[in-house]
Amino acid sequence: MEEKVLEWDYEINGKDFRNAGKVSSKVKEILKELGFDPDFVRRVAIASYEAEMNVVCHAERGVLHLTISPEELRIVVKDKGPGIQDIELAMQEGYSTASPEIREMGFGAGMGLPNIKKNVDKLNIASTVGEGTVVDMLIKPSSIREFG
Amino acid sequence: MKLTRIVEELKLTVKAAQGGLDREVRGGYASDLLSDVMANSREGDIWVTIQGHPNIVAIATLRDLAGIILANGRQPDADTLQRAEEEGVPILCSSLPTFEVVGRLYRLGIYGQG
Repeated sequence: MEEKVLEWDYEINGKDFRNAGKVSSKVKEILKELGFDPDFVRRVAIASYEAEMNVVCHAERGVLHLTISPEELRIVVKDKGPGIQDIELAMQEGYSTASPEIREMGFGAGMGLPNIKKNVDKLNIASTVGEGTVVDMLIKPSSIREFG
Repeated sequence: MKLTRIVEELKLTVKAAQGGLDREVRGGYASDLLSDVMANSREGDIWVTIQGHPNIVAIATLRDLAGIILANGRQPDADTLQRAEEEGVPILCSSLPTFEVVGRLYRLGIYGQG
């Protein structure tokens, strides 16, 4: 039997704080509609939101690609932006390169990537300085979910 | 405890989503760092902060928070109110500082854990 896979693409604009979080709200709505359990939806919402905000805070623009299959969910956020110079350092809780203006809004606490890591099963970050970053996240629900 | 009771007891000003005041508050969280709230708040929490920009509504929606109390006389941006109405997230204002707001919530039986 052919496996059913659902896919979506959402654009994220850098520095657009007015609409920030809307893409992650969409992702959450989709998962709720598909009937995933609340804990799984919570984990995905946190990871998606942090990845979305990284694009808003640091990049020019980006795309969030969501893929859902019965066994797992994958979110790939690819942006055009400054890239990450030292990924290991960026993974450290409390480290951030955010501007003072962004920090004043309560972002840039250096918790984004660590929060993602805590909530996903697999995280892969690839970045080229001056070009952009790809954050690839895999999240597995506690039980296999059939959807039609 | 219903949000309406908290509004009465703490003499809060309701700025948005009056219709959401019937919601049950299960606990509370206080922080001005958005990632901290995202990571550590729980569904049904009342959130105390001094951040008044629209992104607080996104956090409250994504984490299913019961509502937001802006402490220390902070006022929400116009954009925040608009988004809060759209999403049905109650925005409540207090002239008291965060510490006082949290203390009074605790006295009412709203706890951070358990």
